[in-house]
Amino acid sequence: MKTFRIIGRNFRDAFKGVFRNFSLSLASISCITITLIVVAISIILSYNVNNFTELVEKDVTIVAFIDNDLTEEEIDTIKDEISVIDHVDTYEFTSKDDITTDMRESSDVFDSVMKNWSDEENPIQNTYQVKVDDIEYIEGVAKQIEKIDGITLVKYGEGIVEQLISTFSLIHTISLGAVVALILVTAFLISNTIKITISSRQREISIMRLIGASNLNIRIPFIIEGLLLGALGSIIPIIITIYGYETLYSSFNGQLFSPFIKLIPPTPFVYLTSLVLLGIGILVGMFGSWRAVRKHLKI
Amino acid sequence: MDLIRLTNVKKTYNTGVTAIQDLNLSIGKGEFVFIIGSTGCGKSTLIKMLYREEKPTAGQIIVGGIDVGRLRNRKVYKIRRKIGVVFQDFKLLPKSTVYENVAFALEIFGLPKEEIHAKVVKVLELVGLKHKIKSYPAQLSGGEQQRVAIARAIVNGPKLLICDEPTGNLDAKTSMGIMEVLNEINKLGTTIIMVTHDINIVKKMNKRVIVLDSGRVLKDYEEGTYK
Repeated sequence: MKTFRIIGRNFRDAFKGVFRNFSLSLASISCITITLIVVAISIILSYNVNNFTELVEKDVTIVAFIDNDLTEEEIDTIKDEISVIDHVDTYEFTSKDDITTDMRESSDVFDSVMKNWSDEENPIQNTYQVKVDDIEYIEGVAKQIEKIDGITLVKYGEGIVEQLISTFSLIHTISLGAVVALILVTAFLISNTIKITISSRQREISIMRLIGASNLNIRIPFIIEGLLLGALGSIIPIIITIYGYETLYSSFNGQLFSPFIKLIPPTPFVYLTSLVLLGIGILVGMFGSWRAVRKHLKI
Repeated sequence: MDLIRLTNVKKTYNTGVTAIQDLNLSIGKGEFVFIIGSTGCGKSTLIKMLYREEKPTAGQIIVGGIDVGRLRNRKVYKIRRKIGVVFQDFKLLPKSTVYENVAFALEIFGLPKEEIHAKVVKVLELVGLKHKIKSYPAQLSGGEQQRVAIARAIVNGPKLLICDEPTGNLDAKTSMGIMEVLNEINKLGTTIIMVTHDINIVKKMNKRVIVLDSGRVLKDYEEGTYK
């Protein structure tokens, strides 16, 4: 009962503190708001880029072309040899007839050219389509497939894939670094803003100490005040995240430049991001207050 | 039994100034003691050490069974809860009412609202300010503000009340009013130590008087012997 009363009073005092020192509170809140907006943008960017990378990685396929002179048994042997290579995830045989049909359906020019070729003359080759379990090993796997007898050519979009993935991973790293740096900077900025607020209330703190308030008694209302400032500061960033991302998603139809690069669907992504923003705001506010009061307790 | 006992206390500040040296003193429960002396004689340092605003450089200070000199910063509140302190400049919260200023001292201990109200009203009645309960400090005279400060200092029922020149900013008539209040509190059993420059008050009150000089006890007058 006593503890509840103390907690209740601490919250009341914290609310009073926020409103009695409104101009300084507003400074702290704006500071948190601006940083959290940038943090939100970085989180959205970072997760989407991560998502792109995963999509690209899932889609990359090694195509191994098979010599047309091989018999069916020999083609089966190649399958066995591919299956034992490390890091091979899936492999699938596509016959030259399937490929031809596919290509004839998709291109009129091709269709008219192919009409003049008999099945024996068809230059299209049977293929194995191989996926790896980790994109890092794609080059090695491709080289091993190339060594198998009866394989004439191996292709996996080498060069472009690596470049794309290394670019994505760079953006991902930079935006995560930005989030961490921003959080640290805000914590200190807020700590300083709250320090100013608290200096103007030094008298209050010294009186509290004189009448026998323990350090915890003094600190808790200020820490709760920091929590409130953090929560208030995260309101606008959360609104921007939810409405901003949903608008962005629908205006791009959920994809960026090509159907290949898909954006993360807004639900539940924006709500999780909002929770993270609220959490960061609250923690940063509490940490800032805690650090700011500490100085005044060494009386 | 002694409430306060100082043994061979010495205090040297970081600046090299020695404010107190070889001080031995004991004050019993329920006493009313004046500490007087010229400026710089160590009066303020002495009482600051009692409520652990300052630490002694050497020697031992026992207040209410607690070795004050050994108290860590984090544990200072333990002694503060047994002591009420009144200052020359009142130290009231300007944005809080008389009631809030006094209740503040009880709220941090998590007392129920009704109990706080009863205690605050009772103590404001004792200092004669029940009718100003909703006023703000700026709306009160100096004497009234000091009464609020005294009310706040004693609302917890401390064993010891330390007054650092409580009448320093007040005229003679108002000062005597404050002294009457302090006398009442003393009669209820609270030990009072008061630092003052006002010799007239000391003479009128006829209490024990300790004269300090250069950080030592120059003279210790028993009750009623100081003229």
